[in-house]
Amino acid sequence: MTLLTGFVLLPVYVMVSSSLKPLQDVSGSFRWMPSGLTVRPYFDIWDTVPLARYFVNSLVVAGAATVCSVVIAVFAAYAVSRYDFRGKRVFTVTVLSTQMFPGILFLLPLFLIYVNIGQSTGIALFGSRGGLILTYLTFSLPFSIWMLIGYFDSVPRELDEAAKVDGCGPLGALLRVVVPAAVPGIVAVAVYAFMTAWGEVLFASVMTNDTTRTLAVGLQGYSTQNDVYWNQIMAASLVVSVPVVAGFLLLQRYLVAGLTAGAVK
Amino acid sequence: MTPAATTTPRRAPSGSVSERTGAQPPRSRRPRLPGRLRRIGLPYLLLLPALVLELLVHLVPMAIGIVMSFRELTQFYIRDLNSAPWNGLDNFALAVDVNQPVGESLLRSFLTTCQFTVLSVGLCWLIGTAAAVFLQENFRGRGLLRAVFLIPYALPVYAAVITWAFMFQRDNGLINHVVHDQLGLTDTPPFWLIGDNSFVALLVVSVWKGWPFAFLIMMAGLQNIPRELYEAAAIDGAGVWQQVRRITLPSLRPVNQVLVLVLFLWTFNDFNTPYVLFGKAAPEAADLISVHIYQSSFVTWNFGTGSAMSVLLLIFLLAVTAGYLLFTSRGKKPADAH
Repeated sequence: MTLLTGFVLLPVYVMVSSSLKPLQDVSGSFRWMPSGLTVRPYFDIWDTVPLARYFVNSLVVAGAATVCSVVIAVFAAYAVSRYDFRGKRVFTVTVLSTQMFPGILFLLPLFLIYVNIGQSTGIALFGSRGGLILTYLTFSLPFSIWMLIGYFDSVPRELDEAAKVDGCGPLGALLRVVVPAAVPGIVAVAVYAFMTAWGEVLFASVMTNDTTRTLAVGLQGYSTQNDVYWNQIMAASLVVSVPVVAGFLLLQRYLVAGLTAGAVK
Repeated sequence: MTPAATTTPRRAPSGSVSERTGAQPPRSRRPRLPGRLRRIGLPYLLLLPALVLELLVHLVPMAIGIVMSFRELTQFYIRDLNSAPWNGLDNFALAVDVNQPVGESLLRSFLTTCQFTVLSVGLCWLIGTAAAVFLQENFRGRGLLRAVFLIPYALPVYAAVITWAFMFQRDNGLINHVVHDQLGLTDTPPFWLIGDNSFVALLVVSVWKGWPFAFLIMMAGLQNIPRELYEAAAIDGAGVWQQVRRITLPSLRPVNQVLVLVLFLWTFNDFNTPYVLFGKAAPEAADLISVHIYQSSFVTWNFGTGSAMSVLLLIFLLAVTAGYLLFTSRGKKPADAH
């Protein structure tokens, strides 16, 4: 277990220590201890590549995809959890199976569809944040629905009934009773959706241009310059990781519980 | 719990309490659909957004991808799909002809991916399970250890993999510093990101990134086994080994079934790790299928062949998944009846 902890933490140590090293330390042979500590990489990262712009793009794309995905998943999961209807099983199986197949399968057609929609209607999906938001929200949707069904199932039906007796419609019952009772599950789904969108590389590398580039692609900008600024790359990696890792570790209890509800069923 | 849960949420959205006490619930303000339509249509209405989006972004493109694989689709036709000429099974013939460079490299990439997947999934499962079993016991620092183990899962892929790429650098990376400078295991510092070593490098990164998920799921599965089962078994005189064999393993079966399948699909289709680790040109030894298809489509702009390869991949994955589910479910029944 000590060995495993070391294996897990090694890159984290490299990331943190290298981000505080002067450039000559990361250009020459590796050193466990920096020859001197500097915070300069943390200032330089913003100038070497337009990191701030990538950051804003990632934030907008991941944020919007998360909000949309959660709202849509809440409605869908409520329908599956509380109603019996024809095609219920087909729906859940279809939605889940889309999660299973590789992005590369619909990357090419989706790319062509976006390009052709742009060509024929003028709606710029290709190269825009909107296209990326649309794509990412469907990535997290299946798993979000699956996790929320588990959560909603664990909210007693009597609560809905009580709300209906008090005069709420089905949507009222959902918004006023089920959603508040399932907040941990919704938080878990939001974290998951945000992480998915924040870390996606494949579609980001194809569907963005200079102005809409996200961090996933932008971070590679440091290695295409003449010199490889490893200390800046490490600093930038750390900066882009902090929001998600901090969020994840704070909310991991919810996420673990949500995964459990879905996976063990 | 019931009264508290029903009252608090109802208060929360409303503005002031004084306004709330006199007013009726807001149902009177909302127009209502006729009862019957409401009862039947509502679930479908709730599902509609999810369904439309999944169709639009996943299923329709998949169908178009299949159509594309029967057309000659090079950069001349990309702006106008319908003008691309049909060419029957030519794309498929090119992709599976192992005597031609295209088919030969696809086959090599496929075999590499299979080998990589088996090793990676096996290691992820083994480490994840061992760690989950270990963390079943209560000890100080258990929560901290669990958080640490989940870090690779939480880090954005590109940030983590780019760090590994730095560690694997020949001249200034940590790995060569340890292997060559400190331990003296090699005569010259080896290359890790080009040549045959790149397979090892990719495997290490993939396992590092993937095992926490196995750990997470196994931990959840272990916690869901009721304690009473073990107690009852102990009273009946079952030893530790018998408890593991008769209770733990059968109880984990459904969890394992899903876990192994998900790990397999994720690892087999992994694009992010090799793409960030090696950049645009993956070395032959670590040319995973996703990257291979990506490169043969976007480097040569030959989307028809790329689509044909994608369709072949889809067929393969479907066959493996179906076979796996059939095989594991068939074996399950006698175990359940036991």
